[in-house]
Formats: sequence, C-alpha cells, structure tokens
Amino acid sequence: MSMRAIRILSRNIRDSFKSVFRNFSLSLASISCITITLLVVALSIVLSFNVNNFTKLVEKDVTIVTFLDVDIDEAGREEVLTELKKINNIDKISFESKMEIADEMMDANETYKNIMSDWDEESSPLQDTYLVKVKDIEQIEKTANQIKKIKGVNIVKYGEGMIEKLVSTFDLVNKVCYGIVLALIIVTAFLITNTIKITIFSRKREIEIMRLVGASNINIKIPFIFEGLFLGLLGSIIPIAVTIYGYKAIYTKMDGQVFSSIIKLVKPMPFVFEISIILVIIGMFVGMFGSWQAVRKYLKI
Amino acid sequence: MNLIVMQGVNKRYKNGVNAIQDLNLTIEKGEFVFVIGSTGCGKSTLIKMLYREEKPTKGKIIVGGLNVAKLRNSKVYKLRRKIGVVFQDFKLLPKSTVFENVAFALEVLGLPKDEIYHKVIKVLELVGLKHKAKNYPNQLSGGEQQRVAIARAIVNGPKILICDEPTGNLDENTSMEIMTVLEEINKLGTTIIMVTHDRTIVKKLKKRTILLDSGRILKDYKKGKYVDESNKNIK
Repeated sequence: MSMRAIRILSRNIRDSFKSVFRNFSLSLASISCITITLLVVALSIVLSFNVNNFTKLVEKDVTIVTFLDVDIDEAGREEVLTELKKINNIDKISFESKMEIADEMMDANETYKNIMSDWDEESSPLQDTYLVKVKDIEQIEKTANQIKKIKGVNIVKYGEGMIEKLVSTFDLVNKVCYGIVLALIIVTAFLITNTIKITIFSRKREIEIMRLVGASNINIKIPFIFEGLFLGLLGSIIPIAVTIYGYKAIYTKMDGQVFSSIIKLVKPMPFVFEISIILVIIGMFVGMFGSWQAVRKYLKI
Repeated sequence: MNLIVMQGVNKRYKNGVNAIQDLNLTIEKGEFVFVIGSTGCGKSTLIKMLYREEKPTKGKIIVGGLNVAKLRNSKVYKLRRKIGVVFQDFKLLPKSTVFENVAFALEVLGLPKDEIYHKVIKVLELVGLKHKAKNYPNQLSGGEQQRVAIARAIVNGPKILICDEPTGNLDENTSMEIMTVLEEINKLGTTIIMVTHDRTIVKKLKKRTILLDSGRILKDYKKGKYVDESNKNIK
C-alpha cells in the first residue's frame, strides 16, 4: 500500500515537472506574474523591516533628561532617585553630575573650554541630571509629567511631541507595508488561479481522461499542486537575486545609515537570506494555492 | 448475477428536459447489450449515469455493487476502476504514445513498472496493436485509435465495458473490426453495454437490444430476437 502511494506520488512529481516545460509559454505567464509580485513584496518587506528597526533605534535613544535644582545636595539627589524608581514606565536611570557635563562640553568645543575651565562644583551654573530611559515610548509624556512633580526636579526635557510623531509615522509606514504585502499575496493568488486556469483549460481533456481511468481526485490534484509549487519556486528566483544583490548594494552605498548615524539600516547578512526564505515560501504557497483552486473547477461533476 | 440494476430512474436536466423517465433495467454478468434509439431519446444520458458522468434525479442505480446514484464526487474513481469506457472520439492523449496512453490507466492505480509493461503489452496484443506501441495517436487510423482506447478501457480488467457510439466515426469495415474486438472481450467475460445508432451492426450481431424512446424503454429484445422496426418508429 505505501509502496503504491510512493509510486503514485513519484509519478505525479515527474508528470508535474514535465508539464511545466511542456506548457512552457503558459508556465512563463504564471512565473512572471509571481516574479513581479514577489519583487514588490520584497521591497515592502525590506522597507517594513527597516522602519521597524528605525523605531527600535529611536526608542532606544529617547531619553528624558531630568535637570535637578541647582542647589541640590547628596541627600536630595538620593531622594529624587528613590522617587524615580517608583515610576512604573522607567527602564533605566543613570546619573550625570554637573562636572561631567562640563567636561563633555569642553571636550566638544574649544570656546566652551575657555569659559568653563575655571568653573568648580560651587560656581558652575549647570545642573546635575538623571538620564531616564522609558519602557513604553507612547507613555513618555505621562512619565515626564510624573517626574516633573518630584521634589528637587527643576526641568524635564524629552523632545516633546517630535518623538511620538516620528514613532507613530514609522508605525503607519509599517502597517501600510504589511497591508501591501497581504493585498499583493491575495491578488497574486487570484491572478495565478486565473493564469493556471487557462493552462489547465488546455489540459481539460487530460483531467477528463485521468478521471475516466479511475484516478482519484487527490491523485489528479497532486501533479497540478506540485506544478504550482515549481512555478512558485521558479518565480522567486529573480526577486531573491534582486533582494540579495540589490540590498547589499544599497547598504554599501548609503554606508548603512539614513539621514543620521542614529537611524541605521538592518545589516544585510542574515537579513537578505531571511527575506529570501519568506519570498520562497510566499511563492510556493501562492503557486500551490492557485493551482489547487484552478483544478478544483474541473473535478466537480 | 445482476451486474447493473436500474430502478425507477428519472433524469431531469436543469433546463427542464426529461431525458430519462421511470426506467427499470437489469443487466447480467457476461451480457452484451446494445442501446439504440433516435437522437435525443436519452441513450447517452442512460450510459452517462452508469459511469457517473451524470447523476439521476430520482431512482436507484447499482453498478458492480456500488450505488452510483449516491456516489460522492470524491469517490467516483472507485466506480471508474471497476468499469471501462470507450467513446466515439477516442479521448486519447495526443502527446503520449500508444503504450503510454494504455499504461496511464495503470499508473494512476500505482502498479509497479514491470507489471504495467506486461499488462499493456498483453492487452495491445489482444487488440492487435502490439507493433504500434511506440506510435503516437495521430499516426494511427481511426479504427486503430479506437482499438487503443478499448485497450486502455480494459487493461485493468474491468467487469463492465461501456461504449458510447464507438463506431460513430468509423466506416463499415473498420466498425466490424471494432465489433470483432468487442465480441472477443465479451467472450473473455466482460459485460458490454454499447450505445449505437448503427443498425447494421445491431442486426448483424443479434445481441440483446434495448430500444429507447423519449427516455423510456420501448422494447427490450432478447438475444437473437432483434428485428428492425425502425421504419415504423420514424415520427
């Protein structure tokens, strides 16, 4: 029984191979259809993954700078820290004293160095700060307000409004990309169904004869499903090549970043292969689904 | 043993045509039956229901122990493996050789390669086409193509062979050749039901003959009892 199943299956695979090449012009139509879709899908995935990456990077970089009162003492600083730790949304807290800030500024700029070099702990007009990282960027405003209420806190700064806008824009781009990918997959599945329907129409007779000599429905479907799978595989070759070489080229050309060093592109190395796998899977799925749908029509009597 | 039983069968097409009305028929194992009648009398519908290309609207049809009227679409193959079907237009795969066309029927059953080879050669010998095994259908005459189709229909040893006007496209001599092959197969134990409008054949062979008219059985001539009454039936 199982030997029989293996024989039937291997014959099915052989026949589906043959038929891809025997009906090559029609196969080519299906293949190019898959190719074009997968190219756009690849583009959308690249865009979406990178935007996702941008979001993460920006989120990581967002800091609430908490300036403490100028005349705060050691005990006061400790008190503020204890209060900060009570706030839920806070992830990490680091302290930067006014002298450290002065050093940083002097390193960065010669003019500052001249002015600031004779400041000491007492005379410095700078303020000690806590640098606060938050867990949830969407809640940043609320958290900032909570911090502001703490006794000993002077000013709270976090690039108000800008950050949320940026993040929500990224979020939108991401959703649009997912939408495009999903829509494309559905549209292609339909297109493939129709293209393969045309192919199969020319093989209606073959299906009729298969049914006539006692091939079960599954038996008839399997070669067509495998054929769809091959079409999907062949259709994903060009998009994969374009993704791998294209993305690497873009990455090198842009030096791995967009606008500033904060917004970095996803490194190409495992990334392009991950996309390739996604493309192959989508291609095969769409091809198989299309064939299966198309052949179903001829099995209903 | 009754191989085919039809009881109270009605077939009404969606366009309102009543093709078969209240038809009762039994066919025994080993019989050779002609189904005749004028165009539109329902003879094609009758045998299409036997190989489940059409479903009856009402009634019971048993073919080789299977209730065809209730057979689900996905189980049709079980019936098709018990019967062979031959058509007027042969229905051969043009891109496959004679051998491949016949072997096709065994490949879908998952038989091993050498078994397929032996069975195909044997059946091609029976229909007298062993020497043309490597030819393609378009290299054969109509009669030869029909013999390939017959070979394909009987290669898996079905109990029943259904023929839908197998000589419809052939001249008289070739038709008689085909009939000789069919009689040979019948002698080997296969029950044959053949739809035809070729009364010369029916007259000559004197088999059991069922005359249909407007979807009903008008006459059921026993073996050797057929008399041509066609002139009376013309309306």
